[in-house]
Amino acid sequence: MGPHAVTRRRLLLASGTLFAWAHLPRLALAEGRDPRLLVIVLRGALDGLAAVAPVGDPDWIALRGEKALTLEGKTPALALDKMFALNPGMPNLHRLYQAGAATIVHAAATPYRERSHFDGQDVLESGLARPGAVSTGWLNRALATLEPAGSANSTSTKPRNAFAVGPIAPLVVRGPAPVLSWTPPRLPPASDDTLMRLLDLYRHTDPALARVLEERMGLAEIARAGGMEGGQQRPVAAAQVRAFFAESAGTAAKFMARPDGPRIGALAFDGWDTHANEGALDGRLFALLSALDGAIAAVETNMGDAWRETAVAVITEFGRTARINGTEGTDHGTGTVAFLAGGALKGGRVLADWPGLKEASLHEKRDLKPTTDLRAVLKGLLRDHLRVDEAALASKVFPESSAVKPVAGLLA
Amino acid sequence: MALDSKAEAALALSRFGLGPRTGSIAAIASDPRGALIAELDRPGAGRITNAELMSGGAAARAAFAFQLAQRELRRAAKSAPKEAPKDAKDAAGEASRPAGPAPARPNVGMAPQQIYLDEAKVRLTAALDADIGFVERLTWFWSNHFCVSADKAGVRPIAGAFEREAIRSNVLGRFVDMLRAVETHPAMLLYLDNARSIGPSSQAGKNRGRGLNENLAREILELHTLGVRTVYTQDDVTSFAKVITGWSIVNPVRDPERGGEFTFDPRMHEPGTQTVISQAYADAGFDQGRRVLADLARHPATAAHVAHKLARHFIADDPALVLIERLAKRFRDTEGDLKEMAKALVTAPEAWATPRSKLKRPIEWIVGALRATGASVTDIRPVMQAQSLLGEPLWRPPAPNGFADDDATWLDGLSQRLDVANQVALRIAPAADPTAVFEEALAPIASAETRRTIARAESRSQALALLLMAPEFQRR
Repeated sequence: MGPHAVTRRRLLLASGTLFAWAHLPRLALAEGRDPRLLVIVLRGALDGLAAVAPVGDPDWIALRGEKALTLEGKTPALALDKMFALNPGMPNLHRLYQAGAATIVHAAATPYRERSHFDGQDVLESGLARPGAVSTGWLNRALATLEPAGSANSTSTKPRNAFAVGPIAPLVVRGPAPVLSWTPPRLPPASDDTLMRLLDLYRHTDPALARVLEERMGLAEIARAGGMEGGQQRPVAAAQVRAFFAESAGTAAKFMARPDGPRIGALAFDGWDTHANEGALDGRLFALLSALDGAIAAVETNMGDAWRETAVAVITEFGRTARINGTEGTDHGTGTVAFLAGGALKGGRVLADWPGLKEASLHEKRDLKPTTDLRAVLKGLLRDHLRVDEAALASKVFPESSAVKPVAGLLA
Repeated sequence: MALDSKAEAALALSRFGLGPRTGSIAAIASDPRGALIAELDRPGAGRITNAELMSGGAAARAAFAFQLAQRELRRAAKSAPKEAPKDAKDAAGEASRPAGPAPARPNVGMAPQQIYLDEAKVRLTAALDADIGFVERLTWFWSNHFCVSADKAGVRPIAGAFEREAIRSNVLGRFVDMLRAVETHPAMLLYLDNARSIGPSSQAGKNRGRGLNENLAREILELHTLGVRTVYTQDDVTSFAKVITGWSIVNPVRDPERGGEFTFDPRMHEPGTQTVISQAYADAGFDQGRRVLADLARHPATAAHVAHKLARHFIADDPALVLIERLAKRFRDTEGDLKEMAKALVTAPEAWATPRSKLKRPIEWIVGALRATGASVTDIRPVMQAQSLLGEPLWRPPAPNGFADDDATWLDGLSQRLDVANQVALRIAPAADPTAVFEEALAPIASAETRRTIARAESRSQALALLLMAPEFQRR
């Protein structure tokens, strides 16, 4: 890193310091930037193939049959390029993509190759190469590297604050750098997914509890019919999820848009573990993706002018099986998508070293093979958007990742 | 069904205690019965010594002073309509501040709600801090057997003191002593209207033309001792009501030093001999009622009633008759020694052989969740809100027979429990590791399905919510 980069790093620090904003105009003018980064973690493992379908892959239809997203049909997917199309639940992201403000990364994964949610989430959020006891996240450690070493000579720089939305900061943003947090006044009620898992447990172990839960949740009819048909969510629950996503992301953006506000934020959305009745076209996953699309729209709206300097990264712990399973859902897999959105991006592209969908091309003959290390994308963002030192990225932020080169050119 | 030692320890903790904390199961696995009995044998077991809590009398006086001050402020507001309303509102707002330590302002007393919350906090702390919680469970059982309601005028500030003074002090003592402490406590005298019951032929009765209130006498016979439809008649109720006329409360206006405390007022007491359940009691003032209570406490119907309730609460909705009879005999043989009853309960083979069929009561479940996850509680109000949401608001039973003790009643609230479990997982205990909680709290009694469901949850918070909702965590 040359002296120029050091200057840029200091600039970034000063402009984001909560109490030093009086100096901002001069410094910001010198640098001309005041970047924002919001990380959204999707817990439960997003089915990347249902979110961004490889409609141009000759094996696609055979793989998913009538569950496959296509450009034709009742709810056509939204074309991205010759190869890929976006889930119809995400028209807003599609608009951003066309405007060059969204990038999709496909066939990506963390270095984790097992299939446990908890471990997978730990690897995703900690930035470590493998699961283990962790207490800090990569985003927070990235932030910590932005502090001047020793800080003996810095008179007015205070630690740059991160911002977390939710009852507790997601692991990705926990660590030595101080974190502000804001919790939506109303948390969502237990999700339909949690309810169905519980009901399944009760049906196998405690029929009396199962009966009560079925009646209480108005599910008696559905139970008799033998399942949640088509993965349809109860409309009320879907509306609550939508509202919760939009309020959480929108509020984060409001804070981050302020001149004296935090510049880095993180939040987590649960509910992506779609083992049964995935409903990518009209059911549960469609509703979730649509809620996520609404959340991204809320960020754009509430960032205002700061949207130009914003990058939103949407990531998940791993993907799902390439094929549909026996319960019209998908099981834990490997490769998946990541979404990048924001005015700071050089978007309108799908970044994918596409591995193909033939059985031999699938990871362990079942999952989309990961060809892009998610850390390379995140490192590219951190380096070029926030000016995090590249050596620190390879050692402190994503330890043992020196072989994983940052993806260049993500930003406009 | 033979249980291994860890499963037996887990059963001991949930059936008789407040659920495992980290290390609880391992700590008692070598001898779960012995550990339960050891908790009973601890010096001072059940008692709460907290210098910050007021006696029932002091609490009643503080609440009275507070209400007096409020009235003054309202009066001032009326006479000075321009400025006073704002002052009155501010003063009320500050004095009724619900959180934080109680402000020591003797001149304005203390808001009943604040006293109530302080007592609730101490009660919860005792439950979270208990090693097993058997004595706490016994306290809760007796507190519900002899329930009062904080919704009745005057009871809110002294409901906590009632439990400490009348229930806890005697929870491992003799039934007759608890009975006497309960029926002479101002909280009970207010709740069941005896404070205003006047003998028709007493001095006050002749002067004022007011009379008898049978409420407390009836509930003592029906709920507290003999049991409904047993050996008493309406005449017994009326006679007994006369016996306990004059059991009342010191008026805080007339006697600011002792206001709110129990008093026997001979001017309200019905003179003469009364016959209760074929036994004549000569008028001996206050002692007349004490003698009736003593005889009720040793009546075989009381032994049977109490034995049934105890077995139903701890073991099963429909407990084995042999167990009830064994407990009743122990009650009769020991003249109602409640510690001996508790020991008889945990040494009974049925106590261990009966399947875990009872749904935990809401507060047992909430406390169990907090203990299992190691969550600390700084603000008591969300806990109390959860308790209310689940149908068991603290010290506010719907009727004098207390909160129901059968499965059917509490099953109704199962879906609300899911919402509370979700909140606990997201807000109260999000730092808890569900895998560790499972191993420490549930593993010895968990089914393979439960283990798998928790392990396969899509996130830690979902895993924690599912753990708290698992049948093995719901039932005891």
